[in-house]
Amino acid sequence: MNSFTYSPPTAVDAAVRERINRPDSAYIGGGTNLIDLMKENVAHPTHLIGLKKLPLAEIENLPDGGLRLGAMATNADTAWHPEVEKRYPLLNQAILAGATPQLRNMATNGGNLMQRTRCYYFYDLATPCNKREPGTGCSAIGGYNRIHAILGASEQCIATHPSDMCVALAALEAVVRVSSPQGERSISFANFHRLPGDRPELDNTLRPGELITALDLPKKGFAKNFTYLKLRDRSSYAFAVVSVAAALELDGDIITDARLALGGVAHKPWRKAEAEQLLIGKPATLVTFRQAAAELLAGAEGHAHNAFKIELAKRAIVRALKQATEMDYVLDTNAFQNSNP
Amino acid sequence: MSQTIANPPVVRLGTDYIGKPTSRVDGTAKVTGAAKYAAEYNVPNLLYGVVVCSHITKGRITKIHAADVLAVPGVVQVFSHENVPSLAWFDHNYKDDVAPGGSPFRPLHEPEIRFNMQPVALVVADTFELARYAASILEIEYEVEPHETDLEKKRDDGYEPGRGKSGWMPPPPPRGNPNQAYRKAPHQHEAEYIHLAQHHNPMEMFATTVEWLGDGQKLNIFDKTQGAYNVQQYITKIFGLSKEEARVITKYTGGGFGSGLRPQYQAFMAVLAALELKQSVRVSLTRQQMFSFGHRPHTLQYVKLAADDNGTLQALHHSALAETSQFEDFTENVVNWSGMLYQCENVKLKYQLAKADVFSPLDMRAPGAATGSYALEVAMDELAYKAGIDPLQFRLLNYADRDQNADKPFSSKKLRECYHQGAAKFGWDKRNPKPRSMRKNGKLVGYGMATGVWDATQKKAAAKACFTADGRLTVSSASNDIGTGTYTIMTQIAAQTLGLPLEAVTFVLGDTNLPEAPVQGGSWTAASVGSAVEAVCQDLGKSLLKLAQKMDDSPLKGVDFEDVQFVNGLIRRNDDIQQSVVIRDVLQANGEKELTAESGAAPDMMKQMGYSMHAHNAVFVEVQVDEELGTLHVTRVVNAVAAGRILNPKTARSQVLGSIVWGIGMALMEETIMDHGFGRFMNHNLAEYHIPVMADIHDLQVVFVEEEDEIVNPLGVKGIGEVGLLGVAAAISNAAFHATGKRVRDLPVLINKLM
Repeated sequence: MNSFTYSPPTAVDAAVRERINRPDSAYIGGGTNLIDLMKENVAHPTHLIGLKKLPLAEIENLPDGGLRLGAMATNADTAWHPEVEKRYPLLNQAILAGATPQLRNMATNGGNLMQRTRCYYFYDLATPCNKREPGTGCSAIGGYNRIHAILGASEQCIATHPSDMCVALAALEAVVRVSSPQGERSISFANFHRLPGDRPELDNTLRPGELITALDLPKKGFAKNFTYLKLRDRSSYAFAVVSVAAALELDGDIITDARLALGGVAHKPWRKAEAEQLLIGKPATLVTFRQAAAELLAGAEGHAHNAFKIELAKRAIVRALKQATEMDYVLDTNAFQNSNP
Repeated sequence: MSQTIANPPVVRLGTDYIGKPTSRVDGTAKVTGAAKYAAEYNVPNLLYGVVVCSHITKGRITKIHAADVLAVPGVVQVFSHENVPSLAWFDHNYKDDVAPGGSPFRPLHEPEIRFNMQPVALVVADTFELARYAASILEIEYEVEPHETDLEKKRDDGYEPGRGKSGWMPPPPPRGNPNQAYRKAPHQHEAEYIHLAQHHNPMEMFATTVEWLGDGQKLNIFDKTQGAYNVQQYITKIFGLSKEEARVITKYTGGGFGSGLRPQYQAFMAVLAALELKQSVRVSLTRQQMFSFGHRPHTLQYVKLAADDNGTLQALHHSALAETSQFEDFTENVVNWSGMLYQCENVKLKYQLAKADVFSPLDMRAPGAATGSYALEVAMDELAYKAGIDPLQFRLLNYADRDQNADKPFSSKKLRECYHQGAAKFGWDKRNPKPRSMRKNGKLVGYGMATGVWDATQKKAAAKACFTADGRLTVSSASNDIGTGTYTIMTQIAAQTLGLPLEAVTFVLGDTNLPEAPVQGGSWTAASVGSAVEAVCQDLGKSLLKLAQKMDDSPLKGVDFEDVQFVNGLIRRNDDIQQSVVIRDVLQANGEKELTAESGAAPDMMKQMGYSMHAHNAVFVEVQVDEELGTLHVTRVVNAVAAGRILNPKTARSQVLGSIVWGIGMALMEETIMDHGFGRFMNHNLAEYHIPVMADIHDLQVVFVEEEDEIVNPLGVKGIGEVGLLGVAAAISNAAFHATGKRVRDLPVLINKLM
């Protein structure tokens, strides 16, 4: 039987030790993804290490002015935390754009980073999948790929990371704090998730046994000029077709700092320094926005069913930046037609 | 013991329930969990079966490694074609009441694989978890053959089906000269309209719990179905059981939408396992397996319409090509509606099927009409623009006062009132006819409308009524309540017919020990079972009157049944309502414990044969479109329905609200994506098969247009389960065009089609 054992350690070092001693074990936070994967026979851990009893659910201010989000705080508690609402409203918006209230009440911050990529074929044992069984082939390439990646994909895998929260965390340059028997270390958000390359089975850069303990948000929260724009096939409980986290600092009309991250387009939240550099120091105009959008989408490649995402992502970026600058939005059809390549 | 009421109420109050909004009588049971569904009957010594489905689409099983699975402690048996006992041989035995033409699929019958997700084995174990695990490790070897699942590749392989299922009508022969009329007309439109497969996805998964009571004892089959008798006849014919040996019970059904019209394979498997293992067995399907049987078929439609300068329809061509399985001709009425909805002298309709390596499609809410009226109603909108006429005006100009297909008058048709009342409620007159002309909050606004028509059908049904000395009435019929409100409306009809308070009446359904009722489908339950309930209560009333007349000093002596009324707990004389008898006293006064009647109702063919009987609706929709991003929201819907007498405006409104939500799903989200390389549906779960969520639903309004009809049935009801869906997807598509100037002709209207 696919029976598994369960233990709820109360200390981080005990949890990590247990994970190392049981190579076929898995950490479980809210279980909103792992349980699905186990039911679908995609994951079959023989031992689950429950994290609920670890002292990791706090959200607290950091001495440097940042905010620490405990890995075991729920997505709901994080989104509605007064400090998050006040100082990191982009994160609040992104979390609330994801899943459903029921799921957000269960899902944890650490778990949000750990959810596996979205792909019909990955979840269906009847079809080959390099991520599930390396070397068997990618069924999405040449299959039905409307929900798949247009950036950073490889010949091995074109799945997308499903998280909304992570798109905001990428834009905010959160730092992922992890523990292992070797001690603690920090991973910048940009380096946490990885592109599929020739190891599509690896979603992130965690080393064996490492446990996410917290997400540290830097002091700068872009609380004034921000937008999380999510485009999806229904108004709730749907993954992003394309999503944009846009965060700006403005001095008058001049952009003094900018962050731009995309969801639903790649194996990880998609950022590119060059695109943001095109915004900084420039006036907040549609022309500037379109240049940044074009740069962020540079090199994008569509497949049979998802090529529309390239243009859609550009338009979404322009819209998100417009909203972030609090420009009064007026539908201007000429403007959008001009943005067509 | 008779009495004369000193101050009889002047106003009839109390027991007139028909037409009054009435809350569901089963509501409390449902929200408290007291309502039990098929997989919730925890009978003793229960075994659990989990179905294994094929990963391939076509070929044959060469080996089933059952021994490895049987070695797992707790696994009881692995059923497959290799060890299923000899069962009924002829196709006839596998045909159910709703079966289309052809040779029905026989589960676990042979090694051949005919479609992806074909059930190929049933693993039975002591616990559900063990059975699920064992099913996951069952290794099956296949010999794979090439398959074809794509209707697009079968465009040249269409054929006209010979015999379809009950209720299917081949299109009528062409009338007039449609080709010539089309060529001559100044305004022409032709286009293709497409939708992919759609799945019913009721909330409750299919499940059957079979209670085995011992050798030679009957089986209690708790099944999720829309027709207990249909399952019973299917099971008894296959397994050679008598009707007494196979009792089918289905008290609550968590949604059907047509998916439960035919017995599903888990019922076969649960009975098979219970009979073979001589033990109670439950088989539940998974959500993924809910995509392994029937669906609304992928359909390609071509419509050609032409009008003259006055806006009179000159020619109408409507053809459809739909997928079916290799083994059955699933048929539905897709194009026929186009020949009757509008007045047109030159009409050509064509309906074809093409075989693909898929499971047989299955009736799904408003089968055929939902597909056909979508294409027709978008095409009508397109032609209205070409002719420069308001889409509503265009429909009024071509209003059909007679069913030209059947060359009969309508028994009643208040569609004109649907148009008028719907348009008034919606504010259609505020529409600027020019596309892209209306804006709000920086978004394009579009108004669209469309029409629907559905059959008003009555089927034969039987019912039983039992009145007891405590004043309680129990009425029963083996009908269903798939969420529609059957329990409630039947209680209302019975209570009103016998003048009893609602609380004194219980309606019992979903059990083959009860009088026979048809499957719950086709919107015919209210008409069919409602008529039977009314008839049996009238019969009981006649007996009650006779007993009442035997009472001492009865004021009812010598009067006929027609001369009395059953109201407010009394039988009273029409000519002097102060002369009455208290109904609950009648049995006691006669020393009787109970009084029963059993009867039924059938359509009055003589009365009906001269008429075409249909329900109609008109749907008005407002959408807001963010054109740059391709997002569309349905901000307002008015659905005006003429469906005869509305028995319960509350549950009827709920049905139409549900239909609108369905229409929004059909228009904007629903499609089951087939990867034709694998021949497999890929979005087989509710995370990736999108249906609307609350955030997609805004202002919905339902208008019931008064419509009297003495032809359809004595109650005058036409049924409300399906007509409300019609027109919704077309009206949304039309509103999207009005907003954007962009015409989308393949559903659903996704972001990428509007951006």
